[in-house]
Amino acid sequence: MAKLIKRNKAMSVRPIKSGQPNGVVLAFAGIEKSIPMLHGSQGCSAFSKVFFVRHFREPIPLQTTAMDQISTVMGGDENIIKGLKTLCEAKKAQVIGLVTTGLTEVQGADIHRVVEQFKAQYPELNEEVKVVPVNAADFTGSLESGYSNAVQALIHHLLQQNKTKLVEWENSPFLNILPGSHLTPGDLDQLKRYVEAFGLEPLVLPDLSRSLDGHLPEGRGSSVSVGGTTLGEILSMPLARATISIGNAMIEPAKSLEQSTGVINHHRCGVMGLSATDWLINQLSQISGQEVPAWIERDRSRLQDAMMDTHFTLTNSRVALAGDPDWLLQWHTLLADMGIDTPVVVTSTGSQSLADSSFDTVKIGDLEDFEEWINRLHQDEKPNLLIGNSHVAEVGDRLGLPVVRSGYPLYDWVGGHARTWIGYEGARQILFELCNAIAHSGTHRLAPYRSRYAAA
Amino acid sequence: MKPADITALLDEPACEHNSQASGEEKVGCARLKPGATAGGCSFDGAMITLFPIGDVAHVVHGSIACTGSSWDGRGSFSSGPSLYRIGMTTDLTEQDIIMGRGGKRLLYGIKQIVNRYSPKAVFVYQTCIPALIGDDVEAICQAAEDHLKLPVIPVDSAGFYGTKNLGNRIAGDTMIRRVIGGLEPDPPPRFSNSLTEKVHDVNLIGEFNIAGEFWQVLPLFDELGIRVLCTLAGDARFHEVQTMHRAKVSMLVCSKALINVARLLEEQYKIPWFEGSFYGIRATSQALRDFARLIGEPALIDRTEALIDREEAAIRKKIAPYKARLMGCKAVLYTGGVKSWSVVSALQDLGMEVVATGTRKSTKQDKARIQELMGTEAIMIEEGRPDLLLDLAEEHGADLLIAGGRNMFTALKGRLPFLDINQEREHAYAGYSGIETLAQQLINTIFSPIWPLIHTASPWNSNGQRST
Repeated sequence: MAKLIKRNKAMSVRPIKSGQPNGVVLAFAGIEKSIPMLHGSQGCSAFSKVFFVRHFREPIPLQTTAMDQISTVMGGDENIIKGLKTLCEAKKAQVIGLVTTGLTEVQGADIHRVVEQFKAQYPELNEEVKVVPVNAADFTGSLESGYSNAVQALIHHLLQQNKTKLVEWENSPFLNILPGSHLTPGDLDQLKRYVEAFGLEPLVLPDLSRSLDGHLPEGRGSSVSVGGTTLGEILSMPLARATISIGNAMIEPAKSLEQSTGVINHHRCGVMGLSATDWLINQLSQISGQEVPAWIERDRSRLQDAMMDTHFTLTNSRVALAGDPDWLLQWHTLLADMGIDTPVVVTSTGSQSLADSSFDTVKIGDLEDFEEWINRLHQDEKPNLLIGNSHVAEVGDRLGLPVVRSGYPLYDWVGGHARTWIGYEGARQILFELCNAIAHSGTHRLAPYRSRYAAA
Repeated sequence: MKPADITALLDEPACEHNSQASGEEKVGCARLKPGATAGGCSFDGAMITLFPIGDVAHVVHGSIACTGSSWDGRGSFSSGPSLYRIGMTTDLTEQDIIMGRGGKRLLYGIKQIVNRYSPKAVFVYQTCIPALIGDDVEAICQAAEDHLKLPVIPVDSAGFYGTKNLGNRIAGDTMIRRVIGGLEPDPPPRFSNSLTEKVHDVNLIGEFNIAGEFWQVLPLFDELGIRVLCTLAGDARFHEVQTMHRAKVSMLVCSKALINVARLLEEQYKIPWFEGSFYGIRATSQALRDFARLIGEPALIDRTEALIDREEAAIRKKIAPYKARLMGCKAVLYTGGVKSWSVVSALQDLGMEVVATGTRKSTKQDKARIQELMGTEAIMIEEGRPDLLLDLAEEHGADLLIAGGRNMFTALKGRLPFLDINQEREHAYAGYSGIETLAQQLINTIFSPIWPLIHTASPWNSNGQRST
C-alpha cells in the first residue's frame, strides 16, 4: 500500500497533467477514418492539436464546435448540429467523436440527446457516418481517463448498437486487445508481433500503430485519421477468443466489452519488464493453446542476461518519476524487477491502483512538487535519474541529473513516440539505457585522494 | 466581458477590415463555423501576446486544458528572467466549480506564487469555466493587489469570447488601460563615446523575439542612438511596458493583432506609429528609415542612411552565393497578415519567386502591398486547407511550401520541402543577418538529397519514379 499525498496548495505550478479531451483525441486518432470534434471554445481543440502535432510530428485530425458567447449562454446544441453536418457533408469521416470539454460540461450540454436529434434530423447523413458522443470534462481525471472514456464510448456505441448474433467460435483466430494510453505505437507493434507469433489475429482498439506510427502513405495526408482500427475489426470483436486489456484505466472499457460480448478479459496494468512480459506470453500461450516460439524464448533469455549485466549499476539505484497513474505503474513493474528504488513519485491524478501499489509514497501534484521533493532529499537519497516527459527533462537539466524521456508530451526528442518499451526486447533496451545514463552521469564516483606523504 | 466590450474591440477603427471607405460594406471579423474552424481562442491570443513579459507571473485561472497542453510551448526568448516559462494554473477541480471555491483558490494561489517566485507583477488570465460561472476575477485581483502590494492585473480572455485575434486585442487593451503609463522611464545612460548624441525612445509593438531574432536587430538601434523602451512583448520586462507612453515613435511589427495599442498610444499620448517588418533586407532598411523619418532628427537620418548602406552592402555580399542557388526557386507562402507581404519581400531579396501567398488575415492594404511586390496577377490564398496548398504548389511547380508549423507535417506527407515561418519555429530570420539564416534554411530543405529518394519507388516495384 502506497501513501498517497493529496494536492495541498492552491496553484498548480509546471503542471504534469493534461486534460481528458486530449486523451479522447488520442484514442480517436487510432480509429480509421475518424475525426473528433471538441464541443467547446476553439482553443480547446487548437491546444490539443498542437500538443499532439508536436509530440508525434504528424498531422492530427481534430475539429471544434467553436462556441461563442451567445451559444455559451443560450446553449450550444445548434453548434453541434451544424458542426456534425459540416463534417458529415465533407464525406471523409466514417467515425466522428463528439467530445465535451470543461466549458460545455459546466454548461450542462446533453450531447447524447443532441446526437439523437441530429440522427433524426439528417437520417441521410447518418447512414455512412457513426457519431460517438464522449464526455470528457477537463476538471476531473487526466489524459489517461479521457482516453479510456473514449474507448468505452466506442465500444458502447459501435458494438452494442450493432449487436449481431453472437457466434460461439471455439477456434476463433481473433484476440481483442485494449491498450492503455501509456502504450506507444512502437509498443503496439511489439504486442501485435507477439500475438501473431501464437497464430492469433489481434484486434487492437484503438490501434495507433497503424495511424500515428509516422509512415508516409501513398498520396497525401487527409483531414481524417489515416489508418487505425477499422469499423469491421470493431464489429468482429464479439467473435474473439479472449480480450487482453492493459492499463488500469482500461478496466471499465474491458468490463463493458466483456459484458456485452461474453468474451473473457485478462487484465494487467502494464507489460514492461520480465515478470509482466512473462504474464503476457503465458496468457497468449494458454489462450492459443500453442507453444511459445523459439524466438520469444531467445528474447527472454537475452533480457535475463541484460538484467545480470546491468544489475551492478541498477539494483538499489534511485529513479524519480512523474506522469499519469498507469504510466507510473507500468514503469514500476520494470523498476521493481530490477530492485530500483523510487524515492520520488509524482502523479497527475490520484487513483485507487496507485494507492494499492507497492510504491512507498506518491504525491498528487506538479513538477514544482517534484523538484522541491528532490531538493529536500539528503544527498545520499537523491535520485540518480529522472523519467518523464519533456517538462521533466527540463527539471533534469536544472538539477544536473540524467533523464529518460517517456510519456506525453515529448517535444524535444525526435522519435519518442516510436520507441518500444514493452516486451522482453523493449525492457532489454531500457535497461541498457538506464544503466548507461546512470554510469555516465558519474554521480557515484569518489573524489580522488592523494596521500600527503606521496612524492610530488 | 460584456458583449458590447467585445464588439468594441472587434470594431477597431484602425483595422482596415472595419473601414467603410468608398462605400464598401464593412467586413469585420469573420464568424466561426462549427466543424470547419482552425486556430486558437481568445485566451490563446491573450496569453501568447503577453507571456513573453519575462518577470511577470502568468497565472491561468481555469481548468487544466488551458495550460496543461500549452505551457512553455513557444519560442519567445528572454535575455534574463525565466519566470514567464513557468506554467501556473488554478487547475480547477469539479468541487471548486460546484462549490464556487475557484475564486478562493485563485486568491490563495496568487499569494503562493508571489511568496515563492517574487514576480514584478501577476497577470491573471480569465478562462471559459470561471467566466461562465461568474468568478469575479477583477475583485479577486484587486484584493490580492491591496494585500500583496504589487500589481495584479486581470486579463479577461475567456476562450468563448472569440478568436485568437480578439485575444491579442484584449491583451493590448489591458496593457493600455492598466499598465502603460504606470512608470516614467529613467533617463538613458550616457556613454563616453556618444555624449553629443540625443537618444530617442521608441516602442516595438508585436515583436515577439521568436528564437531570439530581435537580438539580430537591436544592436542596430543601439548604434543609431535609438533606445527601445519596450517591445510588446518579446524579451520585455513589466517596468518597460509601463513606460511605453513616453516613446517618440511606435512601430507595429508584422501584425494587425496589436493595432489597437498603436492607435491608442497615438490618441492618448500623441505617439506616431508605422507598420513595418524586419523580414528581408528591403523591409529592415525601410523600418529603420521610417524610424529616422518620424523622429525627424537630421543627424539621425544621416546616421541611418550610412548604417543601411554599410549593412546592405555587407549582407548582399554574404548572401550572393546563396542567392545564386536559390535564384528562380518557387515558393508557395501561407502565413497571416503582414507577413503575407513582408516575407514575400524577403524571399525576393534572395532571388526567389513567390507564386502564391496566403491572405486569410490580411487587410486591403496588405493586399495592395502584395500586388506591388508580386504584380497584379498575384495569387492570393484565402483558405489554408493543406490539400489546397499542395494543389497550388503542384500546379505552379513550386519548390517548397512556407507556412506555420501546424501545416508542416501535412506538407511533408505531400513530399514537399517545407519552411516553418510562424511562432514555433527554431530559427531567427529577422534583420540583415536573419536573411542569411533564412537562405541557409531554404537551401537545407530545397536541396536536401532526401527528396529524390523519397520520390523513388522500391526496386521491387520497379516502375522507378513513384507516380504522384
